[in-house]
Amino acid sequence: MNQTSGPRIVLSTDQVVKRYMLEDVEVQALRGVSLAIHDGEMVAIMGPSGSGKSTLMHIIGLLDHPTSGRVVLEGDDVSSLSPNELATMRNKHIGFVFQSFNLLARTSALANVELPLIYAGVSSTERTRRAREALERVGLGNRMGHTSSQLSGGQQQRVAVARALVTDPSIVLADEPTGNLDSRSGIEVMAMLQELNAQGITVVLVTHDEHIARHAQRVLRVFDGRIQSEDMVTDRIDAVAEMRALPEEVTG
Amino acid sequence: MNLLESFRIAMRALAANKVRSALTMLGVIIGVAAVILLVAIGTGVQDEVTGSIEGMGSNLLFVVPGQMGSGMSGQASAPSFRFTIQDATLVARRVPQLSAVVPVLQVSGTVKAGNRSMRVTVAAANEQGGSVFSATLAKGRTYRKSEVSAASRVMAIGSTVASNLFPNQDPIGKTLALQGQRFTVVGIYAEQGGGLGGDQDSQVYIPVTTAQRLFNANYVNTIVVKVDNADDIDRMSAEVKRALKPRYGDEFTVFSQKQTLGILSTLLGTLTYMLAGIAGISLLVGGIGIMNIMLVSVSERTREIGIRKAVGARTYDILSQFVIEAVSLSVLGGIIGIGIGAGGAALLASFTPVPTNVSMWSVALAFFFAFGVGVFFGVYPAYKASKLDPIEALRYE
Repeated sequence: MNQTSGPRIVLSTDQVVKRYMLEDVEVQALRGVSLAIHDGEMVAIMGPSGSGKSTLMHIIGLLDHPTSGRVVLEGDDVSSLSPNELATMRNKHIGFVFQSFNLLARTSALANVELPLIYAGVSSTERTRRAREALERVGLGNRMGHTSSQLSGGQQQRVAVARALVTDPSIVLADEPTGNLDSRSGIEVMAMLQELNAQGITVVLVTHDEHIARHAQRVLRVFDGRIQSEDMVTDRIDAVAEMRALPEEVTG
Repeated sequence: MNLLESFRIAMRALAANKVRSALTMLGVIIGVAAVILLVAIGTGVQDEVTGSIEGMGSNLLFVVPGQMGSGMSGQASAPSFRFTIQDATLVARRVPQLSAVVPVLQVSGTVKAGNRSMRVTVAAANEQGGSVFSATLAKGRTYRKSEVSAASRVMAIGSTVASNLFPNQDPIGKTLALQGQRFTVVGIYAEQGGGLGGDQDSQVYIPVTTAQRLFNANYVNTIVVKVDNADDIDRMSAEVKRALKPRYGDEFTVFSQKQTLGILSTLLGTLTYMLAGIAGISLLVGGIGIMNIMLVSVSERTREIGIRKAVGARTYDILSQFVIEAVSLSVLGGIIGIGIGAGGAALLASFTPVPTNVSMWSVALAFFFAFGVGVFFGVYPAYKASKLDPIEALRYE
């Protein structure tokens, strides 16, 4: 874990255990997970369904707290914060990209991207400026007024990426970001995440797909509530090259 | 996040579901309109009754037989005795500070002139009657003291009587028959308009002595006393009681207009509150409608709530968003309802004889009640929304 001693640690977990009750049966989702995510890296958390990967994502994403163990984000222990304090920390430090996009229906792309800034208390004009900037960054500068239903899946996911970026978070947490996309759109989104990572943004990728995981620099394999292995990716996939290899077709 | 942002979000959500928002508001609109309209009718009637009692003249005391006399018409119910003209004379002598003491006898009769006739109320009093009746003379004069003493057959008539019996003629100096006896018309009263106190334009006024002879009565219904200064009214009431006590003990009642007004106002006020209460129930039903829709809205928008929470909305942000939605529905409904209620009251007043008065307090009450309904019925769904677990909410299909 200390092979990259240079960059600062953005988030770390220490012996995180998560138990919950599911219909009167205790489920041990995490059995002591310790990991560290460094500034500017792209990490994939990989595992089959039922491995505890989703639970780990919820804890890294500050949507949930651990039953025991510590979670440290930007130097602060966030393991026992109240739901409201967690919300504030999420707003400040985490940008989510979900499998099913999770944009607000009947709401323009611009308003969707502004959403986290509303809860951050940013003034209306500043919000619009920053949201425009983020949308331009993901290549949707000409689609700001479109609502979700007027955008393709790939475009919707790019709006979601813009929404994740707009608060300038410590971590962009992408949960199966290509799961609901056709292969071309999926590759486009992966290319975008790689490009953002190249610009210095920390990206955590949660996936069950080996191929998607190989877009990251490092892969943490979760199995049965534990981190089974942790490897640097040797044959990292470059999504831009992958896109070039695709046969020409109309994107959509 | 500030309240303005919550308000914008709420407005956008309401605009996204226009038909549903409008139907939900309808409950509140009807409730508030009903409150405004019914209270306007109650207040209008109350005002008119109060006005017509005040029209009877100010600074008056009414003396009637019986202990609990509460009627304002002065008609004797069934007490053990009746007052006479002599009782009035006694009061006038014992309490000289009074500016008028008037024995009043009211009976109904038929007047005839030529081949025309009509039923009238005969108000018989002494020469001071003019100072206690609210009617004002339009022409001629009222009967004199000498005519009262002599029981002369002279008469002053109301405007309706004048126009019915003497169309296109000047009745002064003409004769007409009351109960078959010839009377000379000496005065006409100005038109007063019908009030809830009875149609004073269909009255005729004759000396009380003449009336007693004509109707073969030796009594009067009421002794009406006029006091110079309204501040003296309680003291004068006591004086009048003391003057009559040797004759009648406590078997009579002296009451003032103020008391009559008080009783009636209380009665009509209660009626108004009752109407407001009934209308308030429909407002309550409207509130339940809001709660119902808000609960549906919360479960429909579970995913939205999850998204908002994921990107940093705190409990308070979600709570205020949904409470503001509910309050906006109820307040907007309230404003529209006030408009409809006030408009309906104005229409009612101009197209029907029902008097209405849209009072400020009813508008304020309806508005704040609507606001309260929104808060009360909005908080529970909003609380439910704010307590949703973001993980569960995001998973919700």
